[in-house]
Amino acid sequence: MEDLFQGYKGDALETLKKYNVRVWGKTHIVTTRGEFDGTILPRAENDDDQHIVLKIDTGYNIGINITTIKEMKETGYKKANYKVPEKEFPYTEGQPKVKLFGTGGTIASRLDYRTGAVIPAFSPGELYGSVPELADICNLTTEKVFAVFSENMGPQQYISLAIAIGKEIENGVDGIIIAHGTDTLHHTAAALTYMVQDLPVPVVLVGSQRSSDRPSSDAALNLMHSAIAAGHGDIAEVMVCMFGPTSDEYGFLHRGTRVRKMHSSYRSTFRTLGDTPLATVTRKGVNAIKKKYNHRRKDKNVKILPYFEEKVTILYYYPNMQPDIIDALVNCGYKGIIIAGTGLGHVNKPVYPALKRAVEKGVHIFMTVQTLWGYTHMFVYDTGRDLMAMGVVPLDNMLPEAAYIKLGWALGQTNDRQEVIDIMETPINDETTKREPYNGYLLYQGGVPEVEQFVKNFRK
Amino acid sequence: MSTKITPKQNYELTRQQIGYIDRRLATPEDYRRIGFKSGLEVHQQLATKEKLFCHCPCGVFQKNGDYDAEVIRHMRPAMSELGGYDGTALMEFKTRKNIIYRINNETACTYEVDDTPPFKINPEALEIALKISLLSKLNVVGEVHITRKQYLDGSIPTGFQRTAILGVNGHIQLRNKKVNLIQLSIEEDSCREIADVGHERWYKTDRLGMPLIETVTAPELVTPDELREAAEYIRFLNRSTGLVRTGMGAGREDVNVSCRGGSRVEIKGVAHNKWIPELSHNEAFRQWALLHIRKLLLERIKKEKWQVNHMELDPHEFKFTYLPLVECKEKKHKIIAINIPEFKGFLSHFTQPDQVFADEISQRLKVIACIEKPNMIHSEQEDLSISDHDFATIRTYLNAKNNDAQIIIWGPEEDMETAIETVVERCEMIFDGVPNETRKSLPNGTTIFERVLPGADRMYPDTDSCPIPLSNEYIEKLGKDLPQDISERIELLSKWGVPEDAYHFILSKNIFPVIEEICERFKFDPKRVAIFFGHTYKNIAGKQKAHTDFNYRKLIGLFKFIHEKGLHINIAKYLLPILFQHPSMEFNSMLTALKFKKRSLDELAAPIDFLTEKYRDIRKTDDKEEAANWIMGQLHKQAIGNIELRDLREIIDKRLQ
Ligand SMILES: [Zn+2]
Repeated sequence: MEDLFQGYKGDALETLKKYNVRVWGKTHIVTTRGEFDGTILPRAENDDDQHIVLKIDTGYNIGINITTIKEMKETGYKKANYKVPEKEFPYTEGQPKVKLFGTGGTIASRLDYRTGAVIPAFSPGELYGSVPELADICNLTTEKVFAVFSENMGPQQYISLAIAIGKEIENGVDGIIIAHGTDTLHHTAAALTYMVQDLPVPVVLVGSQRSSDRPSSDAALNLMHSAIAAGHGDIAEVMVCMFGPTSDEYGFLHRGTRVRKMHSSYRSTFRTLGDTPLATVTRKGVNAIKKKYNHRRKDKNVKILPYFEEKVTILYYYPNMQPDIIDALVNCGYKGIIIAGTGLGHVNKPVYPALKRAVEKGVHIFMTVQTLWGYTHMFVYDTGRDLMAMGVVPLDNMLPEAAYIKLGWALGQTNDRQEVIDIMETPINDETTKREPYNGYLLYQGGVPEVEQFVKNFRK
Repeated sequence: MSTKITPKQNYELTRQQIGYIDRRLATPEDYRRIGFKSGLEVHQQLATKEKLFCHCPCGVFQKNGDYDAEVIRHMRPAMSELGGYDGTALMEFKTRKNIIYRINNETACTYEVDDTPPFKINPEALEIALKISLLSKLNVVGEVHITRKQYLDGSIPTGFQRTAILGVNGHIQLRNKKVNLIQLSIEEDSCREIADVGHERWYKTDRLGMPLIETVTAPELVTPDELREAAEYIRFLNRSTGLVRTGMGAGREDVNVSCRGGSRVEIKGVAHNKWIPELSHNEAFRQWALLHIRKLLLERIKKEKWQVNHMELDPHEFKFTYLPLVECKEKKHKIIAINIPEFKGFLSHFTQPDQVFADEISQRLKVIACIEKPNMIHSEQEDLSISDHDFATIRTYLNAKNNDAQIIIWGPEEDMETAIETVVERCEMIFDGVPNETRKSLPNGTTIFERVLPGADRMYPDTDSCPIPLSNEYIEKLGKDLPQDISERIELLSKWGVPEDAYHFILSKNIFPVIEEICERFKFDPKRVAIFFGHTYKNIAGKQKAHTDFNYRKLIGLFKFIHEKGLHINIAKYLLPILFQHPSMEFNSMLTALKFKKRSLDELAAPIDFLTEKYRDIRKTDDKEEAANWIMGQLHKQAIGNIELRDLREIIDKRLQ
């Protein structure tokens, strides 16, 4: 049955029923604050039950307090049909075949008037309707693998994606795009790097920081860039493709294990840490920055390793951390802990006994640095040496998130201490690197003349 | 053989045919004849400390070159919640502009460049806007919903303006008419444009995000003067709160005009109300002229039969000497000739003073196809710029008939498709009448094309912000703290007998409350005080720049001093220039500077007889009037501040009898 009162509840719902007025009904309302005319709109579910939303003739929305309503009359009814214009995605001979997997992110989306939230729109037709330029880049097909918000992505989704990627490669696709919410994009990128190895074609994860229902959205350009990278680029790795600068200029391709979301709202939020990005990408093509990468191949020999142990956690160390936290984790059955330690990879003495107990119980504990840039160096101070003696294994410059995902993946395959350590210490695609290039750490600060000059001269 | 049009003659002829008259000669009857109809969107910046949705400072402005960073963006149309795309949106997308924002760290943060979602709405701004809504007799909403209003010209980096309705269905009382107000909204101000050349447009972000209100009247104003009166009224009303910004750009009007059979056309951003009558007058007649062209065209051909053709010209084939055409060769630009059937006599048809229909096409070429002027030549211009021989060849190639008109355009290859479309589209629109558009005002009272007018389809809810409930208690509290209506103030001024030419200054500078306070506290005659402000003070304020410490409180202090000292009010005029420049000086010292001495009427009258004698000695005449004037002149200075001059004069007249 059709919901005539979308999103309304409590007193507001009663008011609508009392006056026999529906959502999308054209309505005249007499209130103690004067008269109002407009169309009743659905109400966001989290908003209160004391107001009714009205779209007035000039296109604006207003709310009417129900306690002020004296009289209400429906004078007409016209339901809005909100749809992304759907046009058949044209097939062009000679263009690469690209598959787009939808996961529920905001890359292509529309508004949901009940929740006020942005909901995804994915079909090739819808995508073509909103970003017609895609048809000049590739022959696109799409598949909605699942629809979850970025923060709800987890092991199950990583596994489904890995399997779906394997199938597409088997089908002979030239490149894969995964549309994904940005919040945990880098977790998924790391997971897929471990689960899908020896890729013959690019796998490009893409999102948007401004949903595509906004005119200045980064979605369209990100989509085009990802289609170029997936369809035409030579780099056959799991990559994240997002804005380089905040300007509409070029995108970066980041290696899935070295990338991290670094700003809650900036367009250029994704950065490669401890290295340079793999490449830049524009609508003209991919420009490699790194000299070494995995090249595109004609074969279909990909290895799919879809394993994951869920009882793994990251422990972000802070001064005065109490040992009971670690004991609690062990008691809860956690099998692996990634510590994001201070400085070169440290925690304070009071937690030592707890760490020791944990290792003895077979919990796998690894050390990363919360500074994000730089390596663990646990030989430098006694603290580090003590920890290693207890069985805490340093992970060099592996990012805490990349380490967390890797440990889950490793423990999904084995529980043997040495095997787990071997897996963790053997880089699959630069989650640890032997060298940190001098330009891998660039956090310039505003205010000094040379940086101000740079910011002024380049549209970053 | 073609009979050639003489453009100037045709301009004059068509100007007469449509009955264009100079505005100074126009009567209400002329406006009734063409069905003049207009309404206003009055924009007013609010005097808050911070911007509307972020914490950047308000009212700090930068020069064009004063910036710390540039960001480049492009705009794509987004769909409205009702599922449509907006017409302007698609046009702007067609133009493919690189929008470049110049950011100064002092006045813009990551919110302005759309890298941070909005913060909570500035409560100070909301409160001022609500007070003005109440003053405008609007029905205040129960809950404020932030809406996004799409603007793809780049004037706002998000591509939309965050705006919200605070009230609907209000009214204002003009002298002879009650005018309805459709709504009042609070919104963020846009960027200021620095330049627009080809495919690039620059903006600065200092003004962006400043709180603004927009008051929209119903289209009920039927003469340019009435329109101006409404604009003034709303401006005075806004200023009566004392909580709005004044100065250049703080108040701007969009003027909507149509004539009978015409369409709503919006003249954007008119900074001075005194420009409104001329602009609206010319716009109504422009529409009247377009409808005249339509009538003539429909007599010649049906829309279905009308077919434009065009062709590319090879610059090597012709002996072009006109520089823009010559340059096409080395720039590798294309030259296109277009034949417009049955358009003879229309390209040089009058539209506005010193503008013809061809200008409408040229202006659109600049805006829509991004081709800088000069961007076309045509068969009805004074100097054709190409030889008659070349032109005849082109006409032959185009298969042109005697009644056709021709246009030649040029530009980069990638822009030519849009350019041709633009020309054809504008000509074709004649069949349907007047296109909806926004127009930019020029200082001479005419306008040029700015954008296609956006519709209601460009509104959609802002998912980044929550609705803001407005409780009855809050609205009632605000209602108790309002200045009186402008119409009441005008009534009082009239009742007091203040001359009308003093109203404007008093209301526009929000001096009324000052006059009221002075009269209430010190019991002066309101007419006199009002005239002091409306004439004397206006005069000095218009000629000199006041000392920075000078303000209305100082003026109240002046009247307090006069009152307490038991002086006559007529000394205010003499103290004012001193106070204006030396606001910190003691009033007593000012009196000394004026060489003032306290004198009674008797003391002042004492020398009259002596002066009468003296006058007779000097002038050797018996004319009483002249004698009285002379004696008055002698005593005038001593009398100021002591007595009413009229009283002294009466005594002089009596003595002279
Ligand atoms: Zn700001």
